[in-house]
Order: sequence, then structure tokens, then C-alpha cells
Amino acid sequence: MRVRANAVIGGTLIGLLVAVSATATFWTPYDPLRINLRARLRPPTDLFWLGTDEFGRDVVSRLMAGAATSALVALLTVAAAVILGVVIGVLAGFVRGWLDRVLMAVNDTLLAFPGILLALGLMAVIGPNKWGIILALGLAYSPSVVRVVRATVLSVREREYIEASRVIGNSEVYTMARHVLPNCVAPIVVLATSMFGWVVLAESALSFLGLGVPPPAPTWGNMLSAARPYLDQAPWLSIAPGLCIALTLLGINLLGDALRDKLDPRMGAA
Amino acid sequence: MTQAPLLSVTDLSVTAGDRAVVDRVSFSLQPGEIMALVGESGSGKTMAARSVLDLLPPGVRRSGGRIVFDGQDLSAMTPAQMRAMRGPGIGMVFQEPMVSLNPALSIGAQLAEGLELHRRLPRDEVLRLCRQMLARVQINDPDRCLAAFPHEFSGGMRQRIMLAAVMLLQPKLLLADEPTTALDTLTQREVLDLMVELTRDNGTAVILITHNLGLVGRYAANAVVMEQGKVVEAGPSRDILLRPQQPYTQTLVGALPRRGPARPVPADAKPIVSVRDLEVVFPGRKRMFRPSHPVHAVKGVSLDVRPGEVLAVVGGSGSGKTTLGRAILGLVPARAGHIQFAGTDIAASDRAAMRRFRLACQLVFQDPYSSLDPRMRVGPIVAEPLRHAEDMDRRAREARVAEVLEEVGLAGFADRHPHALSGGQRQRVAIARALVRRPAFVVADEPVSALDMTIQQQVLTLLQRLQEQHGFACLFISHDLAAVAQIADRVAVMEQGLVVETGTRDAIFDNPQHAYTRALLEASPRIEDLAA
Repeated sequence: MRVRANAVIGGTLIGLLVAVSATATFWTPYDPLRINLRARLRPPTDLFWLGTDEFGRDVVSRLMAGAATSALVALLTVAAAVILGVVIGVLAGFVRGWLDRVLMAVNDTLLAFPGILLALGLMAVIGPNKWGIILALGLAYSPSVVRVVRATVLSVREREYIEASRVIGNSEVYTMARHVLPNCVAPIVVLATSMFGWVVLAESALSFLGLGVPPPAPTWGNMLSAARPYLDQAPWLSIAPGLCIALTLLGINLLGDALRDKLDPRMGAA
Repeated sequence: MTQAPLLSVTDLSVTAGDRAVVDRVSFSLQPGEIMALVGESGSGKTMAARSVLDLLPPGVRRSGGRIVFDGQDLSAMTPAQMRAMRGPGIGMVFQEPMVSLNPALSIGAQLAEGLELHRRLPRDEVLRLCRQMLARVQINDPDRCLAAFPHEFSGGMRQRIMLAAVMLLQPKLLLADEPTTALDTLTQREVLDLMVELTRDNGTAVILITHNLGLVGRYAANAVVMEQGKVVEAGPSRDILLRPQQPYTQTLVGALPRRGPARPVPADAKPIVSVRDLEVVFPGRKRMFRPSHPVHAVKGVSLDVRPGEVLAVVGGSGSGKTTLGRAILGLVPARAGHIQFAGTDIAASDRAAMRRFRLACQLVFQDPYSSLDPRMRVGPIVAEPLRHAEDMDRRAREARVAEVLEEVGLAGFADRHPHALSGGQRQRVAIARALVRRPAFVVADEPVSALDMTIQQQVLTLLQRLQEQHGFACLFISHDLAAVAQIADRVAVMEQGLVVETGTRDAIFDNPQHAYTRALLEASPRIEDLAA
């Protein structure tokens, strides 16, 4: 029962996000980029539902336009980090030996840098655009995925059903794909959902440093950082994107929980 | 019976949620008495004993009844009073010695903990008592042991240390929850003998929670048999074992493995698997700054398995019997030796021969909880070995899976996941998976030792029936001599990586030659001994 509530609430939140991102490309209440200096820092009214920012741009329109960029960047970044992390982690954990040692040495070196610092360095090379962010953050966050996947693979590969698969005559690659990988899904889903949150924040930090999605294009991250000087005059400027990020995270987490339970046969049939 | 009982439990009920796990159970215990609490898993025996100590898991609570210990009503005690009672009043030894000692603390620190908490003795007095107690439980070098950590000891040693820690406080009652289930026969005997001696000297009463009827006969004066939370039968152990009154108790006693008549085995049959001078060496743990010590697990074993026979390999833990089974199947690399299958040499270099051999052999694992992939359904699990049967189409495979599931008594279970099955059912799935490709040779590694008594008997009988029907040769690895007596045609006894004695079942059981074989037979508890 609880599982279904998770799925419904999470699905609604994420569905809303997707719908808003999709419509924003065709229609927003105002042009999200139009500057209106006569309407600076307006509090929420029936004209501007969530007020206006320091350049008089409509916050609702900017949030809608930003949803597309922020959600897309976060989603693709997480996907990149997970795919990279799973491939490397499974290789290290299943093949073991010198390959494991080399991969883990490189991985631990990357892990020793703060993710954001690593991303900064990569961004300086790749240049500030959407694809650069995805690539840089994906690389920066994959080492933690590698760690988790390798640890899970190491524990799963010692179970007897892995040996049973060898006794049957299955090849190592088949055993890995059929028996090891599916049993690693739960920790990966948990990690991926929490990573979504870090990525939204990291993207905003990069924007704040001028390396994110370049202004004036809105993202939730750069809206949040731009709102900081006006925290006491115009708190809605911070609250609105913050709330959007929080609700998205909530939705992703609930959906992730539901997905993990759905993928675990022990949860369903009982 | 003039003495007041040390412990009397009246109408004890324990519930987990809405379900009664213990239902109006009553028993009593005299000072110094050893009582056995017998039952299968889920019978509520552990919960009944744990509620005496008020150590129930979260979500489980005592819902009724009175527990009077030494004249005090335990059910009315505050948590603080209860804590003072644990240790000096009532001690407990747990089942799993590998996890019941804290791996981060030295043995000395763990032994001293109880004394410091309850007796407030000076430091050197505590040390003296600890040393004395360790010597008492036959630990060779007590001083070294005090400074050592749990991982440096074997399961049997740990259980002795556990016993020492509990008995240091000289409790009036000891709860022993399956204290030797995780140990092999010889160690089990040593630990229990020690427990009985220590508690007798100290006048401690014991509640021995067990599923092993042999142990009940040997150690306990009285026994209480539980089934599904209720007491089924109670009384002197002799009467319960030799003249059980209730149907359930009769089933339990009837489930003990019995030796049947020997099957005729053609003595000059050519062996299907023959092993010569097999040696397995594990590299040993690598230590910084110290050379690793390789472990010689199998030191030159030769044996023959003939078509259609069951050859049992028996021995204590660490005797190398499991490693031998895996090495024969090529799952662990052998350092030296030859394996012949149906007359041809299986060398690791000849991949085609190796593969043919692999496909003709199967393994049944000990633990049915970890040998099945939790994400797969029963049907695909059983069907998986048929991936390598190139001559079968999909229909033929499905038919074969259905046939095998029918044979192991699991028709209609193909859509279930392993977690929805009981231990016995899972082991049947494992057996079905092993037999689906009609193997010529099956290695069964302790296939029943993780199961309940009555289930053990069912699985053992099933294995025996299938073996007779299909005539595959079987290497039956076990430390349980009773099970071996039921199923084996011949027996090989292993000690420290060597086969010390081989012979027909009856020769080994009736006329053991080697000292180790005699010790094993002697340590294995049988209820027939009671009648004598």
C-alpha cells in the first residue's frame, strides 16, 4: 500500500515537471528573458503570480523555462554517471586482479577531489554549455557509483547462486549479466536518486561561478544564486526555485523508492 | 519434588503483531536441572526462552502469563531490575559463535565486562577469575587468549569463550539457544560436555534449546516439545524419545534418519569418477610484512565413485571435504592430481573434455537460501541448465522442467520466487535444477544440514528415491553421520585433508578401524543409545 502511495505522489510530481518543461518551449505567461525595469522586484500579485526578479522578469515564466534545462541536465548527468560507473564498477568487481587495482587507483584519485572542483576543471576545458555541464558533472560523480557498484558486485559474486551458475556451465559474461547485475540494482537506484539532488545543486553552483548554463537563459540553479542578494527584500525570488528543486527531489526520491521495491521480487508478492 | 522450582513459567503468551508465536506455554525447572526445549523453526521455542530474559525482538511482546524465577516475579520487574537479573541471575549463550562476540574488542575486555558491571571487583581479581575460567574451558594459553581477538579463534573455541563469559558470573540459569548447531559433531560434543560439567559444578540449571533429538537424549533430563507456539508434550527425555505419545512427537522421532538394508553394489564396476592424488592449496591470507601461509586443504586424496552408488564423504569442519567436492568439479583449482571421468582423463588444458565433464556433473549446495538467484522464478531457475542442451527446443525444455518439478513434488510452483518458498521447498528446487539435465554424477554438499528435522527427512528420502530411480552416482558430503547411514553405500572418512578410512557403510559404522572414525561415531548422538 505504502509502495503505491510513493509511486503515485512521485509520479505526479515528476509528471508535472515533465509537462511544464514540455509546454514551456511553446508558451509561458511572459517572455522569460524580457527585461522590464519598471516592474523590478514586484511581490507576487495576480499579474505576476510569483513576482518578478531584479530585472523585472516574470518568475513563473523563468521557472517554467528553467525546468526544461535543469531537469534535462540533471537527468542526463545522472544517466551518464550511472552508466559510466556501472561499466567500470562491474569490470573492476567481476574481473578483479590487476584491472581492478588500476581502475580503483584511478577512481580513488578522482574521488579524492571534491566533485565540483573536478567539474570546474573539466568545464574550463570543455567550455560552458549544456553538454559540457553534463559531461563534466557525469564524470565527476561517477567515481562514487563505481565504488558502490564494485562493492555490491564483490558481495554478490560470492553468493552460492553465482557458483551454481558456473556449475550449470554458464560463461562468466552470461553469469555476470544474468545473475550479478540484476542483484545490484537496488543500491544503484538509491544512489542515482540522491545524486539527482546533488547534480541540481552542483549545476547551480557552476552557474553561480559563471561556468554553468550562460545567462540570461534561466535555470533553477542560477535563479537561486541570482536571488541571494535580495533575500530580505524579495524572498519569493529564493523561495520559488528552492521549492521547485525540493519538490523535484521529493518526486525523484519517492519514484526511486517505488522503482526499487518494484524491481525487488521479495516486496511484491508478500 | 519438594523443592520450589527455580523457574516456573505459567501460561506464557507472546505475540508478534496479531499472531501468537507462543501460546499459553507452561513449564518449570528445578535448580541444577537440564531441560531441553525442542521444536522446529517457527515453533516458538526461542521466543519462549527469550521472554524469560525479556530479550524479545522489536515488534514481539509478551502478552500474558507469569514467569517466576527464584521466588521473584519477572513479569512485574522494571527494565533496570531486569538488567540486574541478566548475567548474575540468568545467562544466555547464542547460536552463532561467529557473530555473538564483538570483533572489535579483545577477549579479555569482553570477559571482564560482565564482572565489572555486576560484581565491581578490583582489576587484578577480574583478571585472575578470567584466566581461571579460560583454563576451565580448556583454552590452552589463557594469557594469550585474553589479549587476542575473536577472529583468531575457530567456531568451537569461540563458543567456549562465550560459555566462559556467561559462566564467570555464576548464573543460576543458563539459556543455551542452539549453542552447537553451527559446529561439527566432534566440536559439538566437546562444547556440550564442557557446558554440562561447568553448570553441574556451579549448580546452574540449563534450558537447552535445540532441534536435535540426539542431544536431548544425551544431555537433558526433561524435555518440552513445542509446535506452532504450543507445548505438545513434556516429560522425562527418555519417555519422550522412546515412547512418544503425541502424533507430532512421533513424527519428530520418526524423522530421525535410520540405516536401511545395504544395497547390492557390483564390486568390480568401473568407476565413473576416479580421483587420484588430488591436492588443493589455498594461497592463504596476505599479511603486510609477513609471508603468507598457504593452507593445504586437500593433501593427496584418491577415491573412486562407481556408477549408481552414493559415496559419502564425512569429516569435521576444516577436514577438506567441501573443498574436495568443489575441486572434483573443477570449481577450485587443484595443484596436483588427476581426475578421470568415464575412463578419460579430465585435464584443465583439454577444454572440450572439461566442458563435457562439467555438463555431466551437478552440485547441490548446502544453503538453499543463497544458492537460488532471488530475482528469478522457480521455472527459469530450473530451466537454466538446459541452455546448454543444444538438441532441445523450447517445448522440450518446458516439458522437461515440468517433469522435474513434478518429480521433486513442486508441480505448479514454476511461477514462484524463491523467497516465497520454505527452506525445504528451496532445496527441492536446487535438486530439480541439479537433475534437469540428467547428470551422471552429482555432488551434494551438506544438502540437508540447513533444514529442520522433518524437512531433512523428506529431502533425504527424496534424494534417495531420485537416486534410485535415475541411477546417478552421488558424492554425498556431510558431517551428519545419521544422514550418511541412511543414504550412503560407501563412506570415506576425511581428517585434515586426508582420507583416513574408506569402506562400505556397514563396515565403517559397525567396525571402524581408524581412531578418528571411532571418535566421530562416538560423538554422534543417537537415541538408540538410550534404549541400551
